[in-house]
Amino acid sequence: MRRREFISIPAKGLGGLLIYSLTGKPVRLQAQDGTVKVPLRFFTAEEAKIVQAACARIFPSDESGPGATEANVVVYIDRQLAGPYGRDKYRYTKGPWVESVPEHGYQGKENPQQIYRANIPKLGADFAGLPPEQQDERLEKIQNSLFFRMLRQHTIEGMFCDPMHGGNKDLIGWQLIGYPGPLMSYRDEIGKNDTEPFRGKPKSLAQIVGHPVKPWEDEAG
Amino acid sequence: MKKLKPVDVVIVGGGWTGLAMAKEITERTSLNVVVLERGPARKTSDYMDMMDEVDNALRHRMMQNIAEETVTHRFSRNETAVPVRQYGHFLPGTGTGGAGEHWTGIAYRFLEDEFVLATAMREKYGASKLPEGLSVQDWGVTYAELEPYYWKAEQMMGVGGKAGNLRGRLIDGGNIFEAPRQQEFPNPPHKTTYTIELFGKAARELGYHPYPTPAATLSQTYTNPDGITRPGCAYCGYCMLYGCMIEAKAQPTNTLLPIVQKRKTFTLRNHAWVRRVIHRDGKAEGVMYMDEHGEEVLQPAHIVVLASWTMNNTRLLYLSKIGDPYDPETGKGTLGKNLTHQARGDSGGLVLFEKRVLGHGGAGGMGFRLSDFDGFNGIDQFPGVLRGGSIGGGGVAGHPISSFGNIPPGAARRNWGSEWKKAALEWQGRIVAAGGFSGEHLAYRQNYMDLDPTYTDKWGDPLLRHTIDWTEHEHKQAAMAGAIAAKLARQMAALAGAKYVQGGGRGRGGSRTQRYQVVSYNSTHVQGGAIMGSSPETSVVNTYLQHWKMPNLFVVGGSAFPQNASGNPTLTALAITYRSADALIERYLKHPGVIA
Repeated sequence: MRRREFISIPAKGLGGLLIYSLTGKPVRLQAQDGTVKVPLRFFTAEEAKIVQAACARIFPSDESGPGATEANVVVYIDRQLAGPYGRDKYRYTKGPWVESVPEHGYQGKENPQQIYRANIPKLGADFAGLPPEQQDERLEKIQNSLFFRMLRQHTIEGMFCDPMHGGNKDLIGWQLIGYPGPLMSYRDEIGKNDTEPFRGKPKSLAQIVGHPVKPWEDEAG
Repeated sequence: MKKLKPVDVVIVGGGWTGLAMAKEITERTSLNVVVLERGPARKTSDYMDMMDEVDNALRHRMMQNIAEETVTHRFSRNETAVPVRQYGHFLPGTGTGGAGEHWTGIAYRFLEDEFVLATAMREKYGASKLPEGLSVQDWGVTYAELEPYYWKAEQMMGVGGKAGNLRGRLIDGGNIFEAPRQQEFPNPPHKTTYTIELFGKAARELGYHPYPTPAATLSQTYTNPDGITRPGCAYCGYCMLYGCMIEAKAQPTNTLLPIVQKRKTFTLRNHAWVRRVIHRDGKAEGVMYMDEHGEEVLQPAHIVVLASWTMNNTRLLYLSKIGDPYDPETGKGTLGKNLTHQARGDSGGLVLFEKRVLGHGGAGGMGFRLSDFDGFNGIDQFPGVLRGGSIGGGGVAGHPISSFGNIPPGAARRNWGSEWKKAALEWQGRIVAAGGFSGEHLAYRQNYMDLDPTYTDKWGDPLLRHTIDWTEHEHKQAAMAGAIAAKLARQMAALAGAKYVQGGGRGRGGSRTQRYQVVSYNSTHVQGGAIMGSSPETSVVNTYLQHWKMPNLFVVGGSAFPQNASGNPTLTALAITYRSADALIERYLKHPGVIA
């Protein structure tokens, strides 16, 4: 069994002002101080720092609102990789392995775990400590790679997933885009053609159904 | 091998068609029916916890486990096929209810001439003008014969809509191009949204005839003829790729299963993976399956019904060596022929709104479509287009992950970083694509299914191989659809004081691709392989879906479609299955043999 590794997530970013670009109204989010230590399931602490820094450049924390760091995107990716998805449990993995045209999709043998493990070092061990401009330069060099496409997609997933998957911490991603959560009914709203973005506090699936929900990545085996 | 006691009827597949067959047989006869379903049991109460985009829309939790079985694909028959390793272009369901649990709930009847398509195309164009290799066929059954079965399926589901052709009388506001129906829909259409109304208004101003999409997501509380009461849709927006948590969307588990599972003559076995139909001397004797422990089980039966969708029906016939494999070179043989999918359209551009217009609520079938370019309608001005399709528009915001990042062309230099993020946030819910095209896919001699020589499933059985590519006709259909969608989008923009831009368009199933592809979603409307018809020379099953060469074997569902119509296939798959059940019960049981 591997050594327990953690990533520290700065929680103080959540205390800032969030400016909604559509309405221009500043909205104060719940303030929290200090850092949170999250145990890692797949990444080493070093890998997690690099991935966290890369995600923060893909979906930055800036004047248009919080980003990948505040949403715990790296925790989402870590759990997805540790789960059945990361191990290709639900992908056809029988050979022979052949290369084919783009219309046939990814035909490679490497699973997402292997793709991350092999490609993170290519960003450089010093990546997390670099100034943003230099981080962007390194990401631009790989932006057409399969790894980057995955990282970008996973970053968006981690921003806007249900919090049970580890990302979208405190529903910060859903607040950012005005998504109220998977509400069980819009029966009274649907015909009204109300076009205002939702600006209340969103609800997670567990809050809506009233009990904890087990995400698929937690499935055994 | 474990050998079980014989039963009267064994049905392979517990989805719409399998459970419909089981319900009819157990209702009208005393026969014992066993349904074998490969996937898990499902029930409504599971679905509330499954309103999760990651697990369902991205990781495909409700779909067949593609690690255990997939299909291979090649563009033409001189190539080596490669496996579809992860889901993209279609999403086969599994578990009780099959894909009928995660479907969107769009419940079309096909156009009247669809059932005599080969005849109609010859009459209109002349045999010599049709493209080489076209292998479109008549179904051997007419719309008029199927009408009562369509009505039965619509009542069972509680389909909502507005009739446009009631016994020949055309009605404004309905689909005036639809085949004549004997009754108004069981339920009224859904509520709409601002952008859906805008699409409808734009279409009317252009002289088209938009109609509410026929939807199996109930628009109000409804009790069907079996006494099943379900509530009206709550517009939660979790239809396609999800099971309905309140039973508003008609699914096999909330319409058919509650009836059959009370009957003593009905048995459903989950985790039963059928690998072979056992037969001797032209007679089916039962099926061999693997149970949940991986043990081989022989289930003898007097009648075998394959109801496991296009792919698995065709594959089981191949694996069991029943029928004559189709040879695209000679055109001889029938098994595996006429593989069809869904034709799609080019982008018609985008309507960019000043402020957010898309909300998050919705229902699968909510929206307007138009059939002014469906079938033979309105296509003569587009040279080379032989059959058209329907066009829809409007839409909802969609779920947060899949809808994020929809920005106008050129709004950011790259698709990550601060500039992109700002643009994506600003444009959230403000972009609408006008026309989603759902086109007929004609059958061609070179598009077919057989067994792959290399790749195997988890048991070591050969995978099904798809040989299919788009032809010039599908590209012409796509260009036509793009041109009409652009007109609609411009009109919407003009009406709303919004901006129109060319290009763009993204998301599931929207646009055609130059070559056939397995990466992004097209539709799960994959048809053919065990097609129906009036002659054993050209079809695998007769019009009662009885195998021409094995009278006690019935092969039901989408595998029987000679080609794909523009409309979504579920209602038609059920209609031909109900007709098959009638024939099995009323005729075959009285005189076992080929139903004449």
